[in-house]
Amino acid sequence: MATEPVLRMLGISKTFPGVRALDSVDFEVYPGEVVALLGENGAGKSTLMKILAGAYRKDSGRIILNGVETEFTDPHHAQSQGISIIYQEFNLNLKQTVAANIFIGREPLRGGPGQALRWVDRRLMEAEAARLLAVVGSRASPRDLVRNLSVAERQLVEIAKALSVDARVIIMDEPTSALGQDETENLFNIIRSLKEQGRAIIFITHRLNEVMEIADRIVVLRDGKLVGELPISEASVERIIGMMVGRTLDQMYQKEAARIGEVVLRVENLSRRGVVEGVSFELRRGEILGFAGLVGAGRTETARLIFGADRPDTGTIWVDGQQAHIRTPEDAIQAGISLVPEDRGNQGLVLVLSVLKNTVLPNLERMSRAGWLDQAQMAREAQDYVSRLNIRTPSLQQKAMFLSGGNQQKVVLAKWLMSNPKVLILDEPTRGIDVGAKSEIYALMSQLARAGMGIIMISSEMPEILAMSDRILVMCEGRMTGILNRDEATQERIMALATGHAVEGALP
Amino acid sequence: MSGLSTPTTAASAGPPPRFDLRRVLRGQEIGIFLVLVVMITFFSLSTDRFFTPINLSNILLNFSWTAIAAFGMTFVIISGGIDLSVGSVMALSGLATATLISTDKTPFADPTSVGVIALAVLTGLAVGATCGLINGALITFARLPPFIATLGMLQIARGICYGWSQGWPVQRLPAEFMVIGRQNIPIGSFNLPLPTLIMLIIAVLAWLFLTRTKWGYHIFSVGGNEQAARLSGISVTRSKLLIYTISGLAAGAGGVLLTARLGVAAPTAAQGYELDVIAAVVVGGTSLSGGEGSILGTLIGAAIMGALRTGLNLIGVEAYWLPSAQGAIIILAITLDQWFRLRRGQTTLFTRFIKRDETPPSKAKRNETSPSEAEAD
Repeated sequence: MATEPVLRMLGISKTFPGVRALDSVDFEVYPGEVVALLGENGAGKSTLMKILAGAYRKDSGRIILNGVETEFTDPHHAQSQGISIIYQEFNLNLKQTVAANIFIGREPLRGGPGQALRWVDRRLMEAEAARLLAVVGSRASPRDLVRNLSVAERQLVEIAKALSVDARVIIMDEPTSALGQDETENLFNIIRSLKEQGRAIIFITHRLNEVMEIADRIVVLRDGKLVGELPISEASVERIIGMMVGRTLDQMYQKEAARIGEVVLRVENLSRRGVVEGVSFELRRGEILGFAGLVGAGRTETARLIFGADRPDTGTIWVDGQQAHIRTPEDAIQAGISLVPEDRGNQGLVLVLSVLKNTVLPNLERMSRAGWLDQAQMAREAQDYVSRLNIRTPSLQQKAMFLSGGNQQKVVLAKWLMSNPKVLILDEPTRGIDVGAKSEIYALMSQLARAGMGIIMISSEMPEILAMSDRILVMCEGRMTGILNRDEATQERIMALATGHAVEGALP
Repeated sequence: MSGLSTPTTAASAGPPPRFDLRRVLRGQEIGIFLVLVVMITFFSLSTDRFFTPINLSNILLNFSWTAIAAFGMTFVIISGGIDLSVGSVMALSGLATATLISTDKTPFADPTSVGVIALAVLTGLAVGATCGLINGALITFARLPPFIATLGMLQIARGICYGWSQGWPVQRLPAEFMVIGRQNIPIGSFNLPLPTLIMLIIAVLAWLFLTRTKWGYHIFSVGGNEQAARLSGISVTRSKLLIYTISGLAAGAGGVLLTARLGVAAPTAAQGYELDVIAAVVVGGTSLSGGEGSILGTLIGAAIMGALRTGLNLIGVEAYWLPSAQGAIIILAITLDQWFRLRRGQTTLFTRFIKRDETPPSKAKRNETSPSEAEAD
């Protein structure tokens, strides 16, 4: 390994409205080294990498590439300097061919009437694409439309695209989350050969066993700050988790004991072909039921079925002992079920509308007579929730798009609390919001449970699930693999169930 | 429980919204309102024939039917759609009404009776509403893009006009009917045309519907974010059927009034009006990307287009050049509007388009995860 780092980032800071995403972070990587960049959801990993790739501008700090200080103005610039990134979200044009995607903006040219107007050399482009696809072990043809590829194949196209640039630093943001066992192994072989060529690789993942297998060094971020780094020889899974979670959990998670009452929601044999299979459970008043599982385990889909957002193939739902016939979200709201969806911007809020209009949206029936809205009642109730949830907004007329993530999430909560549900389903309620707002949302959940509401909380954050749930339902590949009581739940048992292993003592 | 129980300075309660001129002037319509004022001032200074009771009355009359159809179009555009069929639907509605009462064609013994005329007017409105309902059904049930569905309806309705009338205008309408389009209501020395009064009444009704009823809120939410609206328990299908039916009904009303004014229903009537109507709405500040817009804005937008046509005429611009001037004013008005909004930190009409995902979001779940989701197997 070389002694001079190929890349150094010094004192990088970045602030988004309401969130300090990065606070004076130092980061370096050497040629021929694989660095695993780790941290919880929202720790700032992706932000740091986007700054490196030129997608975001840093507020302050320095980037030194090969000993020369540089300023990346845009992704194209960073790419030309030898920095290549494979994003967590795909950046592919679905309607174009694989070859066109790999060489977008850098198409090989030939002939043509003049320097300014030349033809794309499709044959060369496709031949080169075919070579790269072979390197990454893809079976796709350069002429396939990306739209027709599986998610795993698309991921390999992204990797091929990154390799097509002669990159000195390659960033991979969760490259394996869409890949199976064999494809992952293949990717690791590619990484090893890139390493031998002296390229530096920054690897972001949540799978710590992969970190132990491929990384030379780990770097941990938490809440936008650098927590520490370790050579892999000194790292262990336990130690890494300790560094990542770090905070004092009891202050963060304001779990209070609530009286567990009658069954408020009973779900029997809920299925939708290919997505959810035979999910049955009961939820009691005052109970927080955590839904744990890996991404794609079918938790969100289950919630959507209960809420009537999608139609189930089979399944029966009872609310307060009464069978509920839920065909649309409208029916679910009538039956007393609310769903706070995971994706605020696309599903939870109408961003161009005011805070007031957003909060009253599911409650228009109750607030109108013969269609005529009671303006005074709307303003009063909206104001009431803005105060109770401590929503920071200059006025009720402010458009939701101008609020910070945490305040937006509180507006979504307000709109559903206003409908006074018996059952509240929260899908990733604290994703992407800052620590202060998180803590307020946990406190609110406890308060609602004590008031007798039944709460389902879907979460991918293990500490959150463990701290807040009274019981934990675990899913894997569309099936329910077990329900654990609070006192018998551990991270290991949940993970075992989430990956499809049986656990003693877990229902069913 | 800290943050929850403590009172906060967050938002001020404020009284429920009420009509308040100052609020309106600070509102989103201010930019185009100033355009209108500047335009009227310019024309009034340029020629002494502009700011006269008769001319103003004429201008009001001339943009009344455009404005009525534009109110319906405002609903459509706020919901994120477009209705290209309004011109043809206006013609078809007028033709339906005229056919029932023209002395050449009427099936009734006495087409001048109030009952028959009322029936004919209602039929015209019903024809418009039906065309709109069909548009809505094509958009919701057949899942056609609004542009395509209403483009088809534009041609179909026009074709029916030609086929039904065999290309001949329907004339000889009873004077009792034409009163609707020709009556003036004297206010001092000023004559308010009856169509303008009807237009203003419709404007108030449309404004109330949009801002004071749950259906109005549905329209804004469907246009702002269809998915979020659906997950808030709003029936997007029902809303869209309603919206396009209203647009058809408004076009029908415009068509009947136009027929009453002209005293003849030509199969070629209102050709190209859809563009005037859309221009009035867009100049009025309604966002083509949905979720934003107002009836007051559309009224001002229609007034700008109407005043412009007459004003240019009076200052001696040749009629042949009018379309170019109208195009220029559309561009100018919207440029000014954007400038005003940017200065006040608002979003502008065209700089922001809500991103709509191709994949169902439940499957697009790819997040950064915690330590937790971790190592496993």
